Amino acid sequence: MFWVALRMLTGDRAKYLGIVFGVSFAALLMGQQMAIFCGLMRNTTSQIRDVEGADVWVMDRSVQFVDDVKPMSDNKLLRVRGVEGVAWAVKLYKGLGKAKLADGNYQQVILLGLDYDNKDGAGRVVGQPREDRIVVGRWEDLDQPDAVFLDEFGWRYMFGQEIPFEPGRSLEINNKRANIVGLVKCNPTFQTFPILYTKFASAIQYAPPEPKTLPFILVKSQDGITPEEVCERIEESTGLRAKTNNQFFWMTIDYYLKRTGIPINFGITVTLGFVVGCAIAGQTFYLFTLENLKQFGSLKAMGVSNLRIVGMVMLQALVVGVIGYGLGIGGAAGFGVVFEKFVKTAPSAFYFGWQIPAITAGAVFLIITVSALMSLKKLLFLEAGVVFR
Amino acid sequence: MTTAIDEPLVELSSAATTSAAVRLRGVSKVFGTGDTQVKALDDVSVELPYGEMVLLVGPSGCGKTTLISVVAGLLDPSAGEVEVLGKNLTKMWGGAKVKFRGERIGFVFQQYNLLPALTAAENASVPLLIAGWDRKKAVEKASHILAQVGLGSKLKSYANQLSGGQQQRVAIARALVHDPQLLVCDEPTAALDGTSGRTVMGLIRQVAVQPDRAVVVVTHDSRVYDFGDRIVTMSDGKVEKVESRHGERPA
Repeated sequence: MFWVALRMLTGDRAKYLGIVFGVSFAALLMGQQMAIFCGLMRNTTSQIRDVEGADVWVMDRSVQFVDDVKPMSDNKLLRVRGVEGVAWAVKLYKGLGKAKLADGNYQQVILLGLDYDNKDGAGRVVGQPREDRIVVGRWEDLDQPDAVFLDEFGWRYMFGQEIPFEPGRSLEINNKRANIVGLVKCNPTFQTFPILYTKFASAIQYAPPEPKTLPFILVKSQDGITPEEVCERIEESTGLRAKTNNQFFWMTIDYYLKRTGIPINFGITVTLGFVVGCAIAGQTFYLFTLENLKQFGSLKAMGVSNLRIVGMVMLQALVVGVIGYGLGIGGAAGFGVVFEKFVKTAPSAFYFGWQIPAITAGAVFLIITVSALMSLKKLLFLEAGVVFR
Repeated sequence: MTTAIDEPLVELSSAATTSAAVRLRGVSKVFGTGDTQVKALDDVSVELPYGEMVLLVGPSGCGKTTLISVVAGLLDPSAGEVEVLGKNLTKMWGGAKVKFRGERIGFVFQQYNLLPALTAAENASVPLLIAGWDRKKAVEKASHILAQVGLGSKLKSYANQLSGGQQQRVAIARALVHDPQLLVCDEPTAALDGTSGRTVMGLIRQVAVQPDRAVVVVTHDSRVYDFGDRIVTMSDGKVEKVESRHGERPA
């Protein structure tokens, strides 16, 4: 009889496609909007994720998220270094600068000033993205005077016409020259500004003068001590705020979730997708059932039990749900792929983790269950005797 | 020949067995409550024998459809006893009744109620699918029955590709495909023209009336009364008269 149920479903092409369209539209809208929302939220943490090597961020007690820069006095670095369990601690400058372009226009940039880890004598900068993300140049090139690394997207954004990269291009920041010596791939940022990596000492030259110049301290915990333990010790002994990478990641996202309208706006769109999906799929499925009421009545008269009717309707719902979900979530994923492939002048804000297909699947399951229940309510209380009326 | 209600109703044709396929004793059916209460069946007692085609006739609202629904196990009576094919339906629980209907009763509906997405052969195979038959075997058997009712060349036609008479023949094949012992037909000629109606009634007589099977037909259509072995006339929820027409039917 399940075969009969499927033939009944696909027999009326218009309604069948209508139900599939309703479900796939809902899945597409929910999946795509959730992916953009998660992408945007994730982009707020790009600088946290780009930092390689350190596992604890130390900051002023009042900092709420990664872009909430509240510089500390330099002696805090010494106090942090003195905490037991800290392998090394280095300064990280983070701020905004204004770059003057060759055409006279200005472009706001994110300035990241990297410090040296001299504790083991290696003397290498700390806090930059991984080596394998360098597109052109070497981190050692930052030792050159006025040297900066630019992120790949920033290069394309500011000098889009001049790709590929040519060393020697320079910018003027705060009346100081900055020579671009390399390109690096960075995670897309929320603000979409180009990112400049330079040495800490250069960064504070490029930034507007401030009495305090130490926004963050990056810390590596000693072997055998967890970063969480080190955070507790730093907070106890310095009064500063210390967070592991993961903790700082979620602290930043939590700020945007609570303090901005972004989740509400995306939430409304996702809810609309769900409601519209429910309405289209539910209504069409119900109409499909109503139109087949005599046929269902006949089947009941001929000996099909209510349990079997439930099975038939649930199978129909499941089929349209699976097909609609596949089309919708596939479309949402396709949207992300196409965006990343063809839009080169805007950073991607699209995160398609396993949670998104899973949540969308749950919502689609709810839609088809509601649709099926609406129909079943009619069918289960349908007297088989209706066929004689 | 006309028989009064209180006279013995079972007058068997030579081919029929001695027992009744359907026995109703004091059956009443009431719909609604209070001021809106309607008594659709009022103390109906009747016996319908095997081997006959019984026509259930009467004006609209006289209780024919309610009676056939009770006989087919689709409605529970408010009072009285219903015995069909040796089973007391009034004592049968829902699931058993559904199974009983599926296995032992065949249905022909006024509007055919074919599934539009299925071919004629697939439609006719539905009762076998309900019984759990393999689809291929079910369609094979249904095709055989369709050939018997003259639709051997229309096995793969969909309902909308068939005329009303052809659709009703598919419905008859569907009703007979699982060899039921009781065939219940609701106004099988109502949607057909006179010629098609007579063809369909002739077909039901020809393929459905068997010594071990009873056929009950609800009809308004006086043009087909001559196909019945027995005519039960109803009025205001009661059986008004029962006529046996042996010897009057066309050969």
